[in-house]
Amino acid sequence: MSLSVYIYLATILFTIGALVVLLRRNTIIVFMGVELMLNACNLALITFSRMHGNLDGQVYTLFVMVVAAAEVVVGLAIIMSIYRARRSASVDDANLLKL
Amino acid sequence: MFDAPEINYLAILPLIIVFGGGLIGCLLEGFLARGQRVRVQLWLTVATLVAALVVLVWLARDNQGITAAGTVTVDGPTLMIQGLVLSLSVIGVLVMSERLGGTTPDAFTQAGVSVPGSHEEAEAVRLGGTTTEIYPLTLLSVGGMMLFPAANDLLLMFIALEILSLPLYVLSGLARRRRLLSQEASLKYFLLGAFSSAFFLFGAVLLYGYAGSMRLDAIADAIGTETGMDGLLVPGILLLASGLLFKVGAVPFHSWTPDVYQGAPTPVTGFMAACTKVAAFGAMLRLFYVGLEAARLDWQPIVAAIAAVTMVVGAVLSIVQTDVKRILAYSSIAHAGFVLTGLVAMQEVGASSTMFYLAAYGFMTIPAFALVALVRSAGSEATHINQWSGLGRRSPWMAAAFSFLLLAFAGIPLTSGFTGKFAVFAAAVANDYAWLAVIGVLASAVTAYIYFKLIVTLYFGDTRSDTAVVAPSALTTFAVVTGVLVTLGLGIAPAPVLELAANAAQFLR
Repeated sequence: MSLSVYIYLATILFTIGALVVLLRRNTIIVFMGVELMLNACNLALITFSRMHGNLDGQVYTLFVMVVAAAEVVVGLAIIMSIYRARRSASVDDANLLKL
Repeated sequence: MFDAPEINYLAILPLIIVFGGGLIGCLLEGFLARGQRVRVQLWLTVATLVAALVVLVWLARDNQGITAAGTVTVDGPTLMIQGLVLSLSVIGVLVMSERLGGTTPDAFTQAGVSVPGSHEEAEAVRLGGTTTEIYPLTLLSVGGMMLFPAANDLLLMFIALEILSLPLYVLSGLARRRRLLSQEASLKYFLLGAFSSAFFLFGAVLLYGYAGSMRLDAIADAIGTETGMDGLLVPGILLLASGLLFKVGAVPFHSWTPDVYQGAPTPVTGFMAACTKVAAFGAMLRLFYVGLEAARLDWQPIVAAIAAVTMVVGAVLSIVQTDVKRILAYSSIAHAGFVLTGLVAMQEVGASSTMFYLAAYGFMTIPAFALVALVRSAGSEATHINQWSGLGRRSPWMAAAFSFLLLAFAGIPLTSGFTGKFAVFAAAVANDYAWLAVIGVLASAVTAYIYFKLIVTLYFGDTRSDTAVVAPSALTTFAVVTGVLVTLGLGIAPAPVLELAANAAQFLR
């Protein structure tokens, strides 16, 4: 099996993640879409690392995971504070800032 | 097999100082008594920023080079952008610390974790809670902003992007009044910011696949050779560009800007409008001029089109706004378009005019938002345009300063706005983008309408509203006076700074 299959898989996962962000209404699910996009990047990194025969891509993956974890910390804190104030985690309810 | 990379510590000392200051600030949060925190944190932050600026000018300038295993470049543009971020953040921090006679910074809530209007919040106010975590958060964000334009490696650029963004997401949610709005701004900024940085990362991954390395010089070498994965180059560039264009608020990635600028605490809005834009354009300059210069036929037309659309949309939509903060937000979108006009010009003149424009824009934006924060009605900020009517007769100084800054936004001669626009448009005309300059001039004419309308409202409007300008402390006064003087200075005698930018426009590759 050719390695490029994994690149296609990563692209599909990335697209699914982007669609989740754009289509779903619950902030937690939206956030999971972002995480899926980051993990699709990780899969592509590891595949490219194998294709090029250098380890850079695998090292990059570790950095991406750390950044994703930091993002989770900040993101969940913001989502929690909104939820506690409004008892809702829907992005449609966050609509005070409109013209 | 594995050699430790050589690191030129003197070149990156400003970065180390800022990150160190941020970490010490975090520690102090745990040790200091509540009463001392505001004072100590403020002076620690300002001292850190000033120390970093001094070290930057004194030591880092003589230690230029590519260091840390080729991932950090300290060269003219890096130093110029870093110096700009540091000076702007000094006045940004001073504005954030405005207490207006109270004991804690006025714009920030006293208990960020509490539910708005809850018993917990009232208790925190009664006990004199402080939100001094804004100082370390700002310092860490400034550190990310300094790393961003220095990154010679796409992964480092991604990490710097996150370091500068994550504290800003939190800062946007900490307003003292209209807290629901502020939290909502924070959520929107976070979700869209995370979304766009995922795009940036995927772009970086595709270029890694293309070139076998994320180093900008390796990517530059790979362009033009057959790598066997040539199809990845253009999608990679576009994804990277969309991540960066989001950060500067260019159309079509601008939708978060008005909402976040309106909802965030006003001093934070000024800080992120100025400093984020400076840092992100710095990174964009390096990416496009160093890494992707050889592929410029692929990206230049697209960036030029985005510049044109950004100027037009920013200008046209600013006309229909009724909220002063939203007017300034749309104006910042239009300004992003003007800066992009300089950026697509390429050559050294493109880099130098872009950096000059960023300096001009930064020093008018922070004072403008600082003045917006002073206009109050019934205890909270009055940002509706009708509430500002006739303010010029009651508060002549504030109105004079704000009108002057608006004239600078409009690009009237004798202000830095004029010289900045002249520089970027001249660069565009000299490099076959005359049509872009024409659109730019037309867009500035359109934006001038809303600025003049605002000035007319200030001076000739009805005066019956209960809006008043609160007296600022020395901190805000200093920041506003500095901003106005720089705006005037760059308008009357721009030569020294133009020369500085021209001398600093040479990228190390």
